[in-house]
Amino acid sequence: MTDIVLSKVYKRYAGGHEALADITLNIATGEMVFITGHSGAGKSTLLKLMAAIERPTSGSVIVNGQNIGALRAQGIPFLRRNFGLVFQDHKLLFDRSVFNNVMLPLDITGFDRREGAGRARAALDKVGLLHKEKARPITLSGGEQQRLCIARAIVHRPAILLADEPTGNLDADYAAGIGDLFRDFNQVGVTVVLATHDMQLAARLQPRLIEVRSGRVVS
Amino acid sequence: MKMWIAAHRRACTGTLARLAGAPLASLFNIMVIGTALALPLGFYVVLANLQGLARDFSPQPQLSVFLAQDAVAGDVRAIEQRLKARSGIANFRFVSRAQALETLKSRAGLSDVMAGLSSNPLPDAFVVTAPAHDATALEALRAEFSGWPKVAEVHVDSDWARHLDSLLAIGRYAVLMLAAALALALVAITFNTIRLQILTQRDEIEVAKLIGATDGWIRRPFLYFGGILGAAGGAAAWLMIGIALLVFNTQLNALSELYGIPLQLGHLSAGDSLSALLFAGSLGWFGAWLSVRRHLHAFNPS
Repeated sequence: MTDIVLSKVYKRYAGGHEALADITLNIATGEMVFITGHSGAGKSTLLKLMAAIERPTSGSVIVNGQNIGALRAQGIPFLRRNFGLVFQDHKLLFDRSVFNNVMLPLDITGFDRREGAGRARAALDKVGLLHKEKARPITLSGGEQQRLCIARAIVHRPAILLADEPTGNLDADYAAGIGDLFRDFNQVGVTVVLATHDMQLAARLQPRLIEVRSGRVVS
Repeated sequence: MKMWIAAHRRACTGTLARLAGAPLASLFNIMVIGTALALPLGFYVVLANLQGLARDFSPQPQLSVFLAQDAVAGDVRAIEQRLKARSGIANFRFVSRAQALETLKSRAGLSDVMAGLSSNPLPDAFVVTAPAHDATALEALRAEFSGWPKVAEVHVDSDWARHLDSLLAIGRYAVLMLAAALALALVAITFNTIRLQILTQRDEIEVAKLIGATDGWIRRPFLYFGGILGAAGGAAAWLMIGIALLVFNTQLNALSELYGIPLQLGHLSAGDSLSALLFAGSLGWFGAWLSVRRHLHAFNPS
């Protein structure tokens, strides 16, 4: 079974810059895939297409049998609920506690709040931040913020985890810890797609590697 | 359904918390809206009071039926019989020419003038109270009485009330126009307030959208915010008018003692107050809806 299918995908931005050209790839359910390449090669754009944050200029991106290019705006939120998204810049909300940051995806889907609290604590426990649930995200270190972002991405038990440079600005120890987290999720059946240039992490986790160079898949 | 109610409750409490979180800013917003609403609402209150006054002073319209100068007692009795026999008249009373002269003489400043008269110039008269309020029915009565023998003239005494009524109708139009202009202002104020809110909550909206929030979910707290702001502004307007009336009524007290009639302005009725609140609330909601619709587009995928 396949989760994500891209065929003949092009992405051109206004002004003529071609970010992606002729991308065709399949990602199967339960797979762990690293998308590697230099900065500006198009890794992030690829992830954004998968999460319907951007639409392809041509070609088709099919996630869970739904064609993102043809998806109506009302359908996008429900598609996104299949994903856990981990951002390089975390995108945490600093006006609320660590706990309430993790609760956000559950609030959005109308999850019962008491039941949700249990899940949020479980997610925080998983990333080792349960003792900081009342803290403000601004008081956390860079590694902790990244782990909080991961807790928020997994709290609603998504089928697919998309992470953009999750170890981007962390030192090696932290990066290894976060890599182990992704491996754990993958082992329980979650499809994991990482965009990274961290080859140490790739050596550690032994995922399938897709290398992107100048907007094209080279291997 | 339960989920939906829970989501609404959460959006509502979240909005109240947000308002309480910035008390000064909220207060000023509410005051601005309150002032904008207090103008037409206050005008309306004054009109409603004048209307009540007009009704109090002419509970039922009266017609004065003046008899001819040469009418004798027999003629008076004939008219009296006709009035008694006529259905559709609430009641009537006879004012003889002598009685009328006495009344006139008792008025200050007129007794000297009256003393100079050699004979009584006043006619006998019947004062008829008509049950009907509408102008055509009164006109019909007037025409009928005018046709009776020895009737010289018939006056409809509620004319002044009709004039006041038409003046009040003009006033009502003025209130409507003022209300329309200020309703527009209220929508504009909430539109802008919500726009600022959306700007300060950019991050939250962006993150929520990225992790699968529907537009409805994002819109909801802003709509509540607009609605609550509008309704609170309406309540503020109601209070402002209440205070103004309180001050005004103490001044009126002195005046009413002078004239010996009770002069007090009343506030909006409960029904009117409720509709004013609902109206203000829905205007705020509408302003928020416009604003959110306009500004959430920026977050859609390109």
